[in-house]
Parts: sequence; structure tokens; C-alpha cells
Amino acid sequence: MPDILISIRNLSTYFYTYAGVVKALDGVDLEIYKGETLGLVGETGCGKSVTALSIMQLVPNPPGRIVSGQILLEGEDLLKKSEEEMRKIRGDKISMVFQDPMTYINPVLTIGDQISEVILLHQNLRKEVLAMKIEELQRKLEKVDPTSGTARDFKSKIEELEKKMMDPPKPSKSDVKKAALKKTIDTLKLVRMPYPERVVKQYPHELSGGMRQRAMIAMALSCGPSLLIADEATTALDVTIQAQILQLLNELKKEIGASILIITHDLGIVAEMCDRVGVMYAGVVVEYTGTKALFRRPLHPYTQGLLRSIPKLHKEMERLEIIPGSVPNLIYPPPGCRFHPRCPYVMEICKKERSPMFEPEEGHFVACYLYGQRGS
Amino acid sequence: MSATETLLEVKDLEKHFPILGGVLGRTVGYVYAVDGVSFKISRGETMGLVGESGCGKTTVGRCILRLIDPTAGEIRFEGIDIAKIEDKQMAKLRPKMQIVFQDPYASLNPRMTIKDIVGEPMLVNGIARGLELRRRVLELLLTVGLTEDHMNRFPHEFSGGQRQRIGVARALSLNPEFIVLDEPTSSLDVSVQAQMLNMLQDLQKKLALTYLFISHNLSVIKHMSDRIAVMYLGKIVEIASKAELFRSQLHPYTQALFAAIPIPDPEISRERIVLGGDVPSPVNPPSGCRFHPRCLKMTPICKEEEPRLIEIKNDHYVACHSVAA
Amino acid sequence: MTNMAELKSPLNVKSGISKWREDMAPRVRELRFTIHLLRQSPLVVAGFILMFGFISMAILAPWIAPYGPEERVWEAKLQPPSSQHIFGTDESGGDIFSRIIWAAQLDLAIAVTVVVTAMAMGSAMGAVSGYLGGKIDEVMMRITDIFLAFPALILAMTIAAALGRNLTNLTIALIIVWWPAYARLIRGQVLSEREKLYVEAARAVGAPARRIIFRHVLPNSIYPLLVNATLDLGGVILTAAGLSFIGFGAGAGIAEWGRMIADGRNYLFQSPWMATFPGLAILLSALAMNLVGDGLRDVLDPRLRR
Repeated sequence: MPDILISIRNLSTYFYTYAGVVKALDGVDLEIYKGETLGLVGETGCGKSVTALSIMQLVPNPPGRIVSGQILLEGEDLLKKSEEEMRKIRGDKISMVFQDPMTYINPVLTIGDQISEVILLHQNLRKEVLAMKIEELQRKLEKVDPTSGTARDFKSKIEELEKKMMDPPKPSKSDVKKAALKKTIDTLKLVRMPYPERVVKQYPHELSGGMRQRAMIAMALSCGPSLLIADEATTALDVTIQAQILQLLNELKKEIGASILIITHDLGIVAEMCDRVGVMYAGVVVEYTGTKALFRRPLHPYTQGLLRSIPKLHKEMERLEIIPGSVPNLIYPPPGCRFHPRCPYVMEICKKERSPMFEPEEGHFVACYLYGQRGS
Repeated sequence: MSATETLLEVKDLEKHFPILGGVLGRTVGYVYAVDGVSFKISRGETMGLVGESGCGKTTVGRCILRLIDPTAGEIRFEGIDIAKIEDKQMAKLRPKMQIVFQDPYASLNPRMTIKDIVGEPMLVNGIARGLELRRRVLELLLTVGLTEDHMNRFPHEFSGGQRQRIGVARALSLNPEFIVLDEPTSSLDVSVQAQMLNMLQDLQKKLALTYLFISHNLSVIKHMSDRIAVMYLGKIVEIASKAELFRSQLHPYTQALFAAIPIPDPEISRERIVLGGDVPSPVNPPSGCRFHPRCLKMTPICKEEEPRLIEIKNDHYVACHSVAA
Repeated sequence: MTNMAELKSPLNVKSGISKWREDMAPRVRELRFTIHLLRQSPLVVAGFILMFGFISMAILAPWIAPYGPEERVWEAKLQPPSSQHIFGTDESGGDIFSRIIWAAQLDLAIAVTVVVTAMAMGSAMGAVSGYLGGKIDEVMMRITDIFLAFPALILAMTIAAALGRNLTNLTIALIIVWWPAYARLIRGQVLSEREKLYVEAARAVGAPARRIIFRHVLPNSIYPLLVNATLDLGGVILTAAGLSFIGFGAGAGIAEWGRMIADGRNYLFQSPWMATFPGLAILLSALAMNLVGDGLRDVLDPRLRR
């Protein structure tokens, strides 16, 4: 049983608008394990982005508000934290990459400045500064005759500094900046950015879309988060560039050991990237299981309909099967199961009560009365 | 392909956008958006035009409709070269060729009601007025699956899928023979997209339409098209029938494109061809073959000479030195 | 395809009035939403109330002013505020309260005339210039440059002096001073709107340039203009009052706020009410317009609407 990193229980987020109360999330249950890649898939309005924003507590308020539920990060409920405390978590423990880098990067700061800013906000970099100084001295040591007096001086200085590693002194501002820059470049190297020393001095508009998104991923990873949320991170990119970024994320998964929450509407991305998937519809999680299981045996009628309606590159389809009707109005959602007006297998109980999550197969959860009854 | 009538023929189409710079606003360079594109579309078929951003596919669509004027080349619609004709003559042909735009939010005037938007083409071309106009608008809306009480609403009261249907209704209002579909489903949800694609197919059969379907989504193009042209940086690199292209992709770019698309089936594993580098800018295209900097099969001649589009197999054209050899 | 025969009956019913009501329905909905948004800010509401107050004052002047605009009671000159003369009297015995009400008519009429005319002129020229571009645009911009190069007040004074110092000429002068700014404003909006997709769509169906400018681009460019127009109402009132104060507008003795302040200047220490109350009227009316303009600006911003 893998460790749970984040546990979302009964999360409800509502938006209070002129037209009414939009129940964007209405009782979402989800778990993200440590080190796994979880996909959250669904169409527009299903609430996947709102879920991510709720975890980060970035839901615009007004008009949005998290009205109930718990989000437990390593046992602590994030929803009970103050803004101060959340700010320490954002970028540090949980970070997010958004859809269109051009709209959420600051155009007047260099890439280096932006990434360094995140690092400086969360880390005091004392050890890094000390390590930098030691490294500098070691480099000087190499250039000098090892038997000379200068060499002995250097060696003793290095020893002195190494002793301080356990409790490093407070560094000067310029030293901290240098350490932050070095860490920035290291992070850019981590995301396979070509010529990171040059990129650090460049402005966002000088980079291409793919490189910008890489820079954003670097920013998100700079403080070694436990969870990386990628909200439609590749939707705005060209197909070949998207392939590069997806490959990068796949490689990083193993290197950084963080959990990744991939939010997308593209089932292809889910198939390639995710260990487990949650399917969302109209503010609720309707199915939730391992990726292979989802595609091999989709249980929820919505998931089945979704899979049948996408044109497939590898199969021939004369006509796409459509799910009749349309996504419900979240201000006046249908009673009971939110999918029931469009469901080919609708039963009486579906119209009255929402189904709880059943587990018809191990590890495969469905919210549908086809697979169980209340109380079972 | 059987010898059906050629409705549209594009020959060596070029569109270069001047870049103005400097204090005096002189032309300092060009965006070589479309740089020598040729293809034919037969009546009743759907030609798919696929490529990534900056490849020029949208510009091709707009040139064909003379929404922008081409820099060079021929565009023969029903035999008449419309590339350089006068506005007045073009106005007579316009009803026959219409377009459905990509962005359903921006392509409808936010201050006009649906009735006005769909009715405008008929009004402007003197086809109908008043009560007759209302009747025709209603008929069009019903054709695309909307209802009467949608007529008197503003675009922002509708969902993306519905707005796109309104766009289709508008495109149909002049009884066109040819419709350019510029990424019509790219901003739509998957299930809405399915409805739209089915509807477009039905309309094509019912009204004997010819489509130029532009998209960056290969799966959608595969579903809709009879023949497919792949564009890269202003040029066509490969054209073939759908079946043929999916059976064998010959151009290295086409191969990479196919390999890059995530497939919604975790059981299928493919050869991963991940292209390095970025999509270059059409302002300063690489010398010789435009794809050579990213091509895995590059040879010395690729840097020097541009490959021509040659028929390698039956009705399968490729522009690549390695393949031609 | 649908059976058109089935549809004939419902269509024939909708004609005339019910058709008009149906066509207006979406715009009425929009208006209701706008009003709802405006009600959110108490300052904006206050501004609207003040504005309507002044407008009513101007319209209802003949009925609510206790005395006529030219009425003089020589015996009662320079009286402080009393029950008979709420704001006191001026040096010729005219009731200040009544004169302020009558002046509201004048000043508001001038403000509305100037703003509406300048807006109409400026919009038409700016829209055509912006959409067509090229040489027409260049010429138009140079012309507006010439007008904008002069300091507004000096230009108005010069024109008023040249034409003759009366209120009609003042109005004309103000229109001439004000229209270039609108032309520029609309041109800027048009330049951004004409690249939009719905304009391209209109061209694709064959709409002529005339229709595109006036039916598509202009209605979508008008919102910033509305905000400016409202703010300018206040600005014109101030300018007209200021010019009248210097002597370029209303002649001596005419009931106009600026003129009244000018007349009261000599009696500032003995009878401060002569200048103070007209000054307050100018202040409050300009303030009202400003509040309304601000409110409209926040409300009409398309991003805040959805």
C-alpha cells in the first residue's frame, strides 16, 4: 500500500455569481500517492482545474469559495491554514505549471530573475552559499603549488568552512543571489534547457513556446516540491513540442521523486503519462483507477461514452458515437447522479440520489449504481 | 482517385507578409507564411490540411477565399483564377465559397443577435429581407441543431459548441459549394467535437459540399478527410489519400508528427520519434529543405537544394531528397 | 431537412409589436444586468442620484423656481439667505436660488450639446479614418493633431472671441475643441477591433466597408467613449463656466453658473453667497458626472461582466 501524499475528502467549491451559485465541485474525493503520476481528466466545466486551484487555495475569492471538505497534506489540513502558511507551501511543497506560459510569465523579468525569486522566497540557501565558497577555495587550491604556504592557508580555510556546514552562518545578500543563480542554472539543466547560462539572462518573449514551458517547469521544480500540478501544461503547445515536454516529464518523474498531478482533457496524454486516472464530470469524480484498467475496462457510462467519441489514430471509425445531451448547468445540476439525464443505463435511483463510490474490482472505483447499492 | 471534377486548384501559392521596421517604416523582411503550395481538391471530397503552428495552413485557407491577397500563384475555382481578380468579380463568387472560423468566441459579433449574425450574409447579398429572412434564418438554425428561441440571444449566452454551430449556420446561409473549415473543433470539448464532426459529415452528404479541413489534430483530420496534405513552414511536404498516408508515412516530418501524438490506449507502444529543437520561424526559414535542421535523415544536399513535391507512389506525393533517391 | 409547412404558422404570428419586443428582449436583459452591477457601489449610486437631480432641476425649472431668471426686486438686493430667498439675492435683487435652477438648464444643455455633437462628429471621422487607414488616416490624424496642439482653453477663447462673445458661439467653440479627442479615441478602438475575427467573418460574407464600419466596428468601439462622454459632461460644465467667468460666454446678468460667480466676485466678502452657491452647483454637477463616468467604466469593462 503506497504512501498517501495528499488526501482530498468531500471537497466542495462554489462560485457565487449574479446568475446563481455555481457548484463547481460538489464532494470530490481523491488521493494522490507519493511518487505517482495521477491524471485528472474531464471536459470543460467538470471541475478539474478548480480542484487544482482548491488544493493550492488559489480559488478567486470572490466569487469562489471552498465551502467544505478537507485537503490533507501529510496529515495537515491545508484548508485550515492561513494565507501566510499557504504562501510558504506554494512553490515549495506544491507547485503548479499552467497552460499558456506567455500569459502567466512576467514579461518584464528575465527568466533567471523569476526562477531565482521563487528560490529566494522559500530557501535560505545558507548551505549552498557555504558550498559555493568551499568550491571556490578548492578551485584556487588546485592552481597553487600544493606544498606552498598559500596552499596550507587554503586548506585550513576549507576545513574551517566545512566545520560550519552543520550550522552555516548567515550569508551576505550578494552571496545569496549568486547561490540562487547557480541553483537556477542547475534547475534549468535539470529540465534539459539548451544553453541555460544564456537563457538565464533572456526575457520570456525571446524564448519559444516550448522553451518557455520548460522554464516554467524549472520554476516549479526549483524548490524540490512534493507535488507538481500540471494544469493543461501542453495544451497550448505544438504537437511535436508537446511530445518533447511529455518526454521530459516522464524522465523527470524518476529523477525528482515528486508526485505529479496531470490535469488534461486529452485521453492520449493520460494513456502515456499517468499511473492512475480520475475521471471527472460536472464537479464530481465518477471513476478512478489505474490507467490500464480504465482503458481496458471503463466502467462508468460517461467514461465509456467519452472513449467512444474520440477519433482514434489507430482505429477506423465510420461515425463517432456521441453522448446525447450536453454538460449540465452547474447552477441547477440535475438531482441525484449528475450524469443521469444522458446515461443510457439510467435507473430510478439514479434520479434521486447520487451514487457513492463502489469498488467492483480491486483499486477500481466507480460512482455508479450499476456496480452496487446503497449500503453495500 | 476517380476522375471527378476538380473544384479548386491551387498552384504555387505564395503569401509573404512584409515586416515593417525602422523609423521610416520600411520593409525590413518578410514572413514567408506560404511559400509555393500546390494542390487540387475534387468536388465533394474533403481535403485535410495538417501542420503545426506557423506552417501556413490558416493563411492558405484565407488566401483561397481572398480574405487576404496572395503574393503570387494561381487559385482556380471552377476553372477561374481568382488570385488576382477585382473585388467586384470576387464578390459574385463569394457566395460559393465560405469559411467557418476556429474561435467561436471571437468570430461572432458580440453586439449582434444570432438572427442578425446568421441573416447578415443574405441581407448583404440581397437574397432575402424581413420576414423571408427570418424564415431562412430559422431554417438554418434548425439544420445545425439549434432552436427558435436561440434567435434572439447574444453570442455570449451560448456555449462554445453552440457558437460554432452558429458559425456553420452562417457559412451555409449563402448555399456555398465549398467551405474552408479552419480548425472548427480545436477549441471544443471532446464530446461536443464528436457532435460537430458528425454534423459536418451529414451536411456534406446532404448538401453536396466540398471541404478544406484545416487542423493540427491528426486524429480529427484522419476521421474527416479523404486526402491529406501535410504542411511544414510554408510548404507542403507530403500529400496522399488518407488510407495511403496512414499506411505509410514517407516524409520524416510526417513520421515524427504521427509519432508525437499521444494515443489514448496504454497498450499500444510505438517508436518514439521526438524531434529536437523548436519549430523555426517563417521569417528566416532554413536554406534548402526547410526541415533539414531537425531531420534525422538529413543528407548534404538537403542543406543546399529545396526538394520538389514528386509522385513517389500512385497518388502519393513527397518532397524529400532522401525519399526521392 | 425540416418541413417548412409546419413552421409557417408560428412565424406568421410574430410580426409587428411582438416581433419588436422579441428583438429588444436580449438588450433589455443586458440593461438589467448593467443596472444590477451599478447598484453595487454606493458612490456610483450617489452619483446617479445627483445627476438625475440636476437633470430634473433643469427640466422642471419653470415649475420649481420661485422666481424667473430675469426677475429683479431692487429693494431686496444683496440680501443674505432667508426664508424668502433661500440662497440670498444678488446685486440687482435677483433670487440666487432660482437663478441657479435656471442656470442648470443652460449649463446642462450646453454640456449635452457639446458632448453629443463632438462625439458624433469625432466617432464618424475616427471610425472611417481608423478602418480605412492609409492616406485618409494620415490626413485625418494631422488635422486632429493641429487641433490638439492648442491648449483647450486658449483655443476656445480664440474661437469665441472671433465669433462673438455669446453662449451659442461658446458652444460652437467647445465642440471644435472637444471633437478631436473623440476622433482619436475611436480611431484607437477601431484599429484594434478591425483585426478581430468577426470583422473578417463579415468580409467573408461580402459585407461592404460601410456596413462593417457602422454596423460591426463602431458599436463595439463605443464603450470607452461612453465613459469619456460622461466624464466630459462634467468637464464641459467646468470649462463653460470658466469661460463665462472670464467673460467669453454668457453676457453680464445672464443666469449661468460661471457668469454668476463672475458677477459675485466683487461682492465676495460682503455677500459671499452670491459666488458660493453657484460654485457649489458646478462642483456637485461635475462631481456627479465623474462618479457616473467612473461607475460606467468599471461596469462596461467586458472582463468584469462574465
